[in-house]
Amino acid sequence: MSKFKKGGGKELPAISTASLPDIVFMLLFFFMVATVMRENTLLIDNKLPYADQVEKLESRSAVMYIYAGKPGEGYKKFGTEAKVQLNDKLVSNLTEIQTFVQENRNKVGETQVGKLLAALKVDKNTNMGLIGDVKEQLREVNQLKINYATLNGDPTKKK
Amino acid sequence: MAKRAAPEVNAGSMADIAFLLLIFFLVTTTIESDTGINRKLPPKFDERIKPPIIKQKNLFTVIVSKDNQLLVEEEPMELKDLREATIAFLDNNGDGKCAYCKGKKDEDLSAHPNKAVISVQNSRETNYASYIAIQNELIAAYNFLRNREAQRLFGESYLSIVQKWKDAESDEEKEEWDKKREEIKKMFPEKISESEAKE
Repeated sequence: MSKFKKGGGKELPAISTASLPDIVFMLLFFFMVATVMRENTLLIDNKLPYADQVEKLESRSAVMYIYAGKPGEGYKKFGTEAKVQLNDKLVSNLTEIQTFVQENRNKVGETQVGKLLAALKVDKNTNMGLIGDVKEQLREVNQLKINYATLNGDPTKKK
Repeated sequence: MAKRAAPEVNAGSMADIAFLLLIFFLVTTTIESDTGINRKLPPKFDERIKPPIIKQKNLFTVIVSKDNQLLVEEEPMELKDLREATIAFLDNNGDGKCAYCKGKKDEDLSAHPNKAVISVQNSRETNYASYIAIQNELIAAYNFLRNREAQRLFGESYLSIVQKWKDAESDEEKEEWDKKREEIKKMFPEKISESEAKE
């Protein structure tokens, strides 16, 4: 009769947490795969503009990044004017872009030089004058393939 | 000796270790944006080459002033109307020789998509965001027309043809998509000239 009767006063069994590590590992692996370590520490503000007619970069290996924007929080000693950043330092003389391009050409090797792409990561509050100068320098060394890095979104909406 | 079951390893702290790693990766992750607008700069200016003479009606002037105001063909315009205006200009078919155009054959707009040139002029003080927004609208206009023709000829959008060309694994496949891509590109060649406006 009392076959189904519960033992009075018995405590609930503890929930098994044995599968918790599995779940956490799964998340961990996701983030490990999705993570791209930042190559450069940014000394400048870098809020990219929005555009919706964007293309994906084909290969990461044959891309060099040119950053531009106003010096960020903590780097105000470099002034308040928008600057160009190559690798880890700000440059004041834009002709350094030419050496930068040459360095990257040597790095990627001869076969890839034609595919080398200069990606401009420019803060959206920069004046076009600086960008024009950068483009002029790139033309000077015949680096004609460029890419304006943007976020995917509606460009017409106001910030 | 009596058989003894191997003692179980306590895996209780495994979760802690995994959490630690997880938090590390969460903090260091920056999902990098790897999208952008691809452009090709014109080669260095050669003194010996004379610039071709372009008829006024084949030229579509877009000026962005230093306070980011848009001036299209000397008329002020809102950014949202730029795409429509560009499509109307490119697709105009002034001389009636473009079989695939659907434009209005306006006297003052381009004669043929092959001849249509868009000239973008910006001042040094123009904001980068507005420059990108305008580039975006111009590309959107080209993409719209190319998509329309690709849809008509191959039953597929231009962008998906480009994507398939990029993803193609064998050489023959790549060539096949490339052919289609080139055909559409030839119908509406992208001719955008850029210059810094003199104040």
